[in-house]
Amino acid sequence: MFDLHGYFPMILEGMTLTIEVALLSLLIAVILGLFGAIAKLSKSRIARSTATVYTTLIRGIPDLVLMTIIFYGGQIIVNNIGDSLGWDYIDISPFVAGTLTIGFIFGAYMTETFRGGIMAVSRGEIEAALAFGMPSWKVFLRITLPLMVRHALPGFGNNWMVLAKTTALVSVIGLHDMMYNAGVAGGATRQPFTFFLVVALMFLSITGLSDLGLRWANRRFSIGVRKV
Amino acid sequence: MDYNVIIDNLPLYLNGLWVTIQLVVIALVSGFGLAVPLALMAVSKTSLLRFPAKTYIYFFRGTPLLVQIFLLYYGMGQFEAVRESVLWILFKEAYWCAITAFALNTAGYTAEILRGAIEQTPFGETEAAQACGMSKSTMYRRIILPGSFRRALPAYGNEVIFMLHGSALAGVITIVDLFGAAKIVNARYFVPFESFITAGFFYLCCTFCIVWFFKWVEKHWYAHLRPRIS
Repeated sequence: MFDLHGYFPMILEGMTLTIEVALLSLLIAVILGLFGAIAKLSKSRIARSTATVYTTLIRGIPDLVLMTIIFYGGQIIVNNIGDSLGWDYIDISPFVAGTLTIGFIFGAYMTETFRGGIMAVSRGEIEAALAFGMPSWKVFLRITLPLMVRHALPGFGNNWMVLAKTTALVSVIGLHDMMYNAGVAGGATRQPFTFFLVVALMFLSITGLSDLGLRWANRRFSIGVRKV
Repeated sequence: MDYNVIIDNLPLYLNGLWVTIQLVVIALVSGFGLAVPLALMAVSKTSLLRFPAKTYIYFFRGTPLLVQIFLLYYGMGQFEAVRESVLWILFKEAYWCAITAFALNTAGYTAEILRGAIEQTPFGETEAAQACGMSKSTMYRRIILPGSFRRALPAYGNEVIFMLHGSALAGVITIVDLFGAAKIVNARYFVPFESFITAGFFYLCCTFCIVWFFKWVEKHWYAHLRPRIS
């Protein structure tokens, strides 16, 4: 159906990069999200307001704008710091900038998801753990964290799908991902529609497969939950 | 930080803001017009109606907006038939490509939101409507759709914000919207921080306005349909 003039390996290469960016930034987002959620639910007012500023700012500014701020601006900051410390010129690669930005953005969305998940864990479980004499970090790791997974999973799934699609933006800051390669191939063969359609189908397969995986995880984590 | 550059280029930013608002408003209005029939098709019991709507929604929600824009802006020229048709007047301009892509995209998301809201209509309401002897179209017009719009409102507010954020992609295909303006300022004076943060600030203000607007709509226009707390 599609005559790709031998450019398919190049698209696949781009897809590997897309998936790498997506998974790495997901890792960053989950870590930031956990810290953000803990901060939002903590008793310290400073932690709470820092987290609120973080989530509000990030969710109020388009991801593309944030990415350019971090990519171009981060370069300047790093080198200003580097200058005063006597380092050599440091070049921030688009890969690092892209991954960090996407992770940073979705950390804000994950914060909200995890906050909701943690709040849904029943108070009795935590009280029981405290009654056993667990210190609060242990309560979090052993009780709250495993129990919140089930509540956070649907929101987590949505965030992941949006994140995977957002990775297409890294082509704008010059990363040779699936989009970028499709643009090159489309320009060379004068068939941009064909190549962007292939990319669209690739993204559909990523989201489709994730959907299957998330459904499985949802069943797995809801074992023992009585349905209405 | 050099903010004189920004102050000098404020008209450029304000023009960009105006373009952004145009893009978002036109896309949202036409997208909503497309979304209502799509949502009705998606809840239909006839698979001949349901299948195309579900496929449309799946495609537009499953692929990045950037891909959709590129498909229209770079892709449409590939076809002789499109280049020679009346449609080419539309697709040769980046502006209309962006609006078409945004409208189609937001239609997919909005249709899904509406579909969820329609399916959540309490059964008693439709039962009562049928008991009153309403025809199906009257029931949809008077009972199901108004209630669904109310239920869809919070999710739709988020969708409007996403559309605003997505509209920054127009800057990538040469349109001078807010992001495009920031790109120009950065290219001319090399002030990445100031230029993009200014754009970010404008976007932030727009986001707050949208959030505030939807809260107001919920409180005033839809007060009589507020979900009852039992």
